[in-house]
Amino acid sequence: MFELDNVLLSRLLTSLTLGFHIIFATIGVGVPLLISIAEFMGIKKKDPNYTLLARRWTRGFIILVAVGVVTGTAIGLQLSLLWPSFMQVAGNVISLPLFLETFAFFFEAIFLGAYLYTWDRFKKPIYHWLLSIPVVFGAGMSAFFITTVNAFMNTPQGFDVKDGALVNVQPLVAMFNPATPTKVFHVLSTAYMTSAAILAAITAFYIIRKRNTEYHKKALKLTVGSIFIFALLTAVAGDLSAKFLAHEQPEKLAVAEWHFETEKGADLILFGRLNEENEVENALRLPNALSFLATGDFNGKVVGLDQFPEDEIAPFWVHYMFDLMVLIGFYSLAISLLYLIVAKVKKWNEHNKWLLWLIFLNGPLAMLAIEFGWIYAEVGRQPWILRGYMKVAEGATTSPNVGWMLLLFLLLYTVLGTGVITVLRKLFKNNPAESELERHYPDFKAEGEER
Amino acid sequence: MTYELIGITVLWIFLYGYLIVASIDFGAGFFAYYAKITRQDHLINKLISRYLSPVWEVTNVFFVFFFVGLVGFFPDSAYYFGQTLLVPGSIAIVLIAIRGSFYAFENYGSKQSSVYLFLYGATGLLIPASLSTALTISEGGFIKETSEGVHLLTGALLTSPYSWSVVFLAIVSVLYVSSAFLSFYAHRADDKGALNLVRKYALFWSSPTIIASLTTFIAMSQHNQEHFKRMMDLWWVFGLSVGFFMIAVFLIYQGKYYGWAFIAVMFQFLTAFFGYGASHLPYLLYPYVTLSEGVVNDAMGLALVIAFIAGLFLLIPSLVLLMRMFLFDADYVKGKK
Repeated sequence: MFELDNVLLSRLLTSLTLGFHIIFATIGVGVPLLISIAEFMGIKKKDPNYTLLARRWTRGFIILVAVGVVTGTAIGLQLSLLWPSFMQVAGNVISLPLFLETFAFFFEAIFLGAYLYTWDRFKKPIYHWLLSIPVVFGAGMSAFFITTVNAFMNTPQGFDVKDGALVNVQPLVAMFNPATPTKVFHVLSTAYMTSAAILAAITAFYIIRKRNTEYHKKALKLTVGSIFIFALLTAVAGDLSAKFLAHEQPEKLAVAEWHFETEKGADLILFGRLNEENEVENALRLPNALSFLATGDFNGKVVGLDQFPEDEIAPFWVHYMFDLMVLIGFYSLAISLLYLIVAKVKKWNEHNKWLLWLIFLNGPLAMLAIEFGWIYAEVGRQPWILRGYMKVAEGATTSPNVGWMLLLFLLLYTVLGTGVITVLRKLFKNNPAESELERHYPDFKAEGEER
Repeated sequence: MTYELIGITVLWIFLYGYLIVASIDFGAGFFAYYAKITRQDHLINKLISRYLSPVWEVTNVFFVFFFVGLVGFFPDSAYYFGQTLLVPGSIAIVLIAIRGSFYAFENYGSKQSSVYLFLYGATGLLIPASLSTALTISEGGFIKETSEGVHLLTGALLTSPYSWSVVFLAIVSVLYVSSAFLSFYAHRADDKGALNLVRKYALFWSSPTIIASLTTFIAMSQHNQEHFKRMMDLWWVFGLSVGFFMIAVFLIYQGKYYGWAFIAVMFQFLTAFFGYGASHLPYLLYPYVTLSEGVVNDAMGLALVIAFIAGLFLLIPSLVLLMRMFLFDADYVKGKK
């Protein structure tokens, strides 16, 4: 493997770290909102089921957050270690949101510590709930700031290059670049959706395994309802993102859609494959749909890859990443809608085994969609690290040993991944919700049995 | 004040903050493990975990703050450090990652494991050792710049007496700062058994700390004479540091005012650290990056300073809240909450 060059090795190591980190980052951004909602419902409805839900989610969450924190530190440092030339430019133009992200994270960390250790310390439970707000807010702001940096890599602005030097730097203009609004919207809505999907999947699994208690039923209703709302928002965000790409970054949309010729009334190509002449075979074609997606008009003009030099086009396989991401998004929307309909109709049973399996499947699929989406976002920008200004190959470190570091981190993530799974399983296996409910809220249990 | 001075002052304060809170954390990890293998863990491990649980994440953020701030305020130094520190930096990341996550696994997971505790103790000493590399190479002599880029001279680094004296100083200071803090915490918690033990640690580690400081001085005079001369110009700052050291050791020995003793320890390191930092200037990375040439453009400098001030308005009240809940709430410290 050491014949591989530094650029490729640096890319591999960065994608390894990001691919691992994004799982925990997504949960870290999304789950606090669901915890907060559950705790609030528990207080509002005076129903300990919801309060316990919030407590148990928090307990699992803190372990995942720990891994998110350390892998976040890893990627933060690794950017400077693997892409020193890029970070030199980034430091000059886009370091403001990087700096602010640390503040947001600091804020979140402080209140997370406070939230975690004060469950029974306040006379009024609403005070404890109030502590969850800065956690949700801080997590969301972290996501916002870091996403603006990624947006900047796609549509850099807020500086001029004069004789190789960066001049007229405007930090806020760089931060609020054209890619920022849609990217932030998309990242936040999918983080909430995916977190709800994971929690729903766990709940569905428990119900399948005959833990069919009121606690689990309420958890399922809350999480699947949340999936539906955030899947709807994600669909809107996805649509806006496509329109943004068509307008500002057409080559990235075109490569995802295998759209070669600039034309009006362009078809949308789903899956399929490319033959040696770059012709699409065996694909599902939706007539004029790409034009509608990109411009809101079935006859709109969509820029194709013919407008770009060949060495500035990303690999064609990102098409599959894009299609899979979208497909899973619609799967989440459909499954959650189906559950809500079945739950509404009195005669039907929303805890039907098949439906539960579909909800269970949605959890891992949603996380896969996050991975596919980020792979598309990053590979789809190739060959640029800073679109139009710096290519990935110019940004990488020249120091030796990147290959060894790749092995080292592969080992690290294997250990961390195994550790997380072992610890989470142990944590909940010997401590089922029913017995915990009895322990924490003995009065309520008695009341519940009367009904 | 110019942006470069504001920038470096801010960063240096953060690094100092990290030095203190991380030393407490790292040392506590080592003591927890040491107490376990000498079967004294029933005395202090509860105390340690009561303090560490709510704050470990905050410790990490101090560090992130420092290096993100460095990239922002001094992008050129980020380039040089980034190019050269791939291996020591990656090792530090791996150790920090193992430490943080295994701490969470052990603390929030259901079962105690001595493997976790060992990792926790060992990483506590290895992290300061690997991080101190960054300060060592900033003295120059360990980097070569060729047409292909900047490279670390690993051989020179591993055979340099200066480099090893810094590693030694980093490790013993961690143990000293941590045991001084734990003495204060145990005293506050009214935990006599724990206090006895950690007080002994503090007294034990005080003399290696001052010896390591002197050794580093001597090694510095060999390695980078210019810097050593600038340090000598600031001799009174280092003198103050020794003064605070003596006050701290006396107070711990006398065994009454542990709070003041820890404050003296903080001042001992504050003076030494800022004396070192001030004499390091004008170079950030000798001889490649200076403070005034390596600084970011004015627009970004201003933005970062505003962001920093705004951030402080948000953070300081929150930190005060956290400390009142966990550090200065006598009932919590005593384990009644």
